[in-house]
Amino acid sequence: MLHLILFLFFGVICAAGAINLLAQSHPINSALSLIVVMASLAGEYLLLGAEFVAAVQVIVYAGAIMVLFVFVIMLLNAGTEEHTRGSRVAILLGVPGVLIGAVLVAWTLLYRSDISSVKIGSMYGGPYLIAQLLFRHFLLPFEITSVLILVAIMGAVVLASRPDAVAKRHHAEAPKAMPELVGTGKEH
Amino acid sequence: MVPLSFYLVLSGILFVCGVLGFLIKRNIITIFMSIELMLNGVNLSFVAFAAQWHSLSGQIFVFFVMVVAAAEAAVGLAIIIAVYRTRETLNVDQVNLLKL
Repeated sequence: MLHLILFLFFGVICAAGAINLLAQSHPINSALSLIVVMASLAGEYLLLGAEFVAAVQVIVYAGAIMVLFVFVIMLLNAGTEEHTRGSRVAILLGVPGVLIGAVLVAWTLLYRSDISSVKIGSMYGGPYLIAQLLFRHFLLPFEITSVLILVAIMGAVVLASRPDAVAKRHHAEAPKAMPELVGTGKEH
Repeated sequence: MVPLSFYLVLSGILFVCGVLGFLIKRNIITIFMSIELMLNGVNLSFVAFAAQWHSLSGQIFVFFVMVVAAAEAAVGLAIIIAVYRTRETLNVDQVNLLKL
């Protein structure tokens, strides 16, 4: 019973945050509701007995990734979104398509599922067992992800650096007159 | 006791919200956040099935999904900054050329 109450508590917060992400028109509001979604998902993971995943969810997702999002939103001074003709087409095609998909998922879950239930504390999933699996059985994928992170760091630095700064570094003796690309805050 | 299908329904709700946001939102940052929402929905079903089958491999996979999402967020936000620097807009309707 307690499990069901906690599940409904976190689940309602989670779904409300996800819908609020769609309803808001300013990106910073969407980012904050995404943080709410991720924090309540950490609660759901705890209910499922996945302590390690819950901790990583809070630290990595709700912490690091969302800080990156909020930082970029504030850096770019993003305003409310504007709608054009293309966005109306996207709504006309998107909403019915998603409704069809949702009906298919609900039908599959209701009529094609012979699945049982989970309860509090039924899962052994401590960090010790996770580490046993991660550093023995999944050691090669783990090492490959470290290479992936390294590549992503270098790619992010290269992509986000200003092109004139890169050019200046390459041709230090002959600086080319590149147009100033960054404008001051443009009125929308 | 909570039926496993409750978790799957919540996961489906999150995924559908992500797809809907990806399709109807026009701000490139919000579209990016919708992708993160979809990844979170899939992660929830991974953990639910891991609890169902008493196998920790699902949690390991969630860990890898988070790592890839972190790398994707870093590179994607760098691309968004580069796009904004040349176009001075975040509206995807006005970003129709890959060329910088």
